Amino acid sequence: MRRDPRDLVRYTAGQRANHWIVGISFILLGMSGLALFHPAFYPFALLFGGGTWTRILHPIFGVVMGLAFILMVIRFAKHNLMSRVDWKWIGRIGEMVDGIDEGMPAQGKYNGGQKLMFWLLLLCMLLLIPSGIVLWRTYFDFPVEWVRWAAVVHSATAVVMICLIFVHVYAAIWVTGTVRAMWYGTVTRAWAKQHHRTWFEEVTKR
Amino acid sequence: MALQSLDIQARSATTTPVPGVRETPDLAKLIDISKCIGCKACQVACMQWNDLQGEIGHNIGSYENPHDLNDTTWTLMRFYEVEPEANRLEWLIRKDGCMHCADPGCLAACPSPGAIVQFSNGIVDFHQENCIGCGYCITGCPFDIPRLSKKDEKAYKCTLCSDRVSVGLEPACVKTCPTGAITFGSKRDMINHAKERILDLNERGFAQAGLYDPQGVGGTHVMYVLQHADRPELYGLPKDPTVSPLVELWKGIAKPLAIATMAFVGFASLFHYVTKGPNAVSKEIEKEVEKEEEEQA
Repeated sequence: MRRDPRDLVRYTAGQRANHWIVGISFILLGMSGLALFHPAFYPFALLFGGGTWTRILHPIFGVVMGLAFILMVIRFAKHNLMSRVDWKWIGRIGEMVDGIDEGMPAQGKYNGGQKLMFWLLLLCMLLLIPSGIVLWRTYFDFPVEWVRWAAVVHSATAVVMICLIFVHVYAAIWVTGTVRAMWYGTVTRAWAKQHHRTWFEEVTKR
Repeated sequence: MALQSLDIQARSATTTPVPGVRETPDLAKLIDISKCIGCKACQVACMQWNDLQGEIGHNIGSYENPHDLNDTTWTLMRFYEVEPEANRLEWLIRKDGCMHCADPGCLAACPSPGAIVQFSNGIVDFHQENCIGCGYCITGCPFDIPRLSKKDEKAYKCTLCSDRVSVGLEPACVKTCPTGAITFGSKRDMINHAKERILDLNERGFAQAGLYDPQGVGGTHVMYVLQHADRPELYGLPKDPTVSPLVELWKGIAKPLAIATMAFVGFASLFHYVTKGPNAVSKEIEKEVEKEEEEQA
C-alpha cells in the first residue's frame, strides 16, 4: 500500500514475510527460552501449554527461526557490508542517540548501526544454533561436558540477542515512519532523505 | 515420587521458602564394597519394590546387566577388574546409583518448579509429574545418574526408597542385602559404622581404606567404604566431584545478571523515548521534498 504514489519501496512482500517469520519465531523462542532459563519467567510456559510443551516446542521454533534467518542473511548480507562511512557513523553514534542527527554522515540503505546489528545478530545465531542442537536431548546425546558448555553459551548468547532485539525494535519505534516499512514495505521520501540520504539519492535518480 | 510432605529442604526452580516445618534427621545409606559379593539382590529388590522391569538385553562379555543405568534400572552393579598393585588382581564391585548429594547439581539445574525436591533427611527425589523432560538434571549431575526415559521423556533415578523411608522402613536394597554390605540409618551412625569397618580393613592390609563422602558436593547421603579410598577412580567414581563450574555459572550469577541486563536495556529505551522524544522527520526536510515534487510536477 502506498499512501502516496511517490512513497519509496523499501521491502518486497517476500522480504517482509521473511522478516515476520523471523520476528514471530524470535518472540516465541524468547518467551519459551526464558521460561526454561529462570523461574521468574516460568509462567510463560503456560502460553505454550505447560512446561513439557515448552520444552518440546522451543527447539522446533528454533529450527524455523534458524532457517528463516539464514534466508534473510542471504537476502540482506550484500546491503550490510561495512564501509568507511559506516564506521564514521558508528563513531558518532552519541550524537544520534542524543537526537541531534543533522550532522551525521549520509547513509545508504542501512546506517552503520543497523549493519553492525545485522552482523551481531548473525554471530548470535551462529552461537545459538549449534549450542541449541547440543542441548536438544530428545534427538541428540552429546558428551555431558559439551552440554554444560552449550548451556552457558546458549543462555548467555540468548540474553545478548534479546538485548540487541530490544534495541532493534526500539530504534524502529523511535525513528518515526519506520515501522510501516515492516508492515507494507514503503517509506516516505522525506523519511528516506533524512535517514538514508545516499539511498534516497540512488532510488530517486532513476 | 513421594507423598506430600512437610519436610522439604529444597525445591527445584523455586525462589520462595518451601514447606519445611518438620525436621527429620539426616539419613544415609552406607555401601561397604569390601563386603559386596556382586549377587545383584539389591538390583532385583529395587526392580521388585518399584515394580519396574527393563527390557531383556544382550550379554556383552561383562557381568554388568544391563550395561548402564536406565529409566527402569535405578541401581546397577558395576564390575571392575583392576590391578591396584602390579600382578594383584582385584575384582571391585560397586552398586551404582544416585548419591543423594547434600548440594545436588540436578536440583540446581532443574528449570521446572517442584520436579526435584530435597527432603530434610537428605533424600533427593524426582517428582515425575512435574518433570518436563529437558534433561538439565543430567547436565547438572556430577555422577552421571539421571536417565531420560525414551518411553515418556521423564527423568528417573534412585529415590532412596523415599516412600519406604517416609513410613519408617529401610530402602529395599538394604532390606535384601544378604551380606550386610548395605546399611541404612542416621548419617552419623553410618559414619561411625564406616569407621569400624575401615579399622577392620586396615588390619586386613588395606592401609588406604576409607569413606567416600565427597565434600565437594556437600557430602552425600549414599556413602561407600572403599578398600582403596585414595583411588576412587578404580571404582568408576570421580575423585573430587563437584557441581561443574559451568553449571554453577549457568544456574548462579547468570540468572540475576541476565534479568538485570535485559531490564536495563528495556528501561533505558523507555526513558530514552521519554527524555528525547521520537526521532521524527524534520519539517525542513519535508518542505524540501515537497518543493522538489512541485518542481518535477
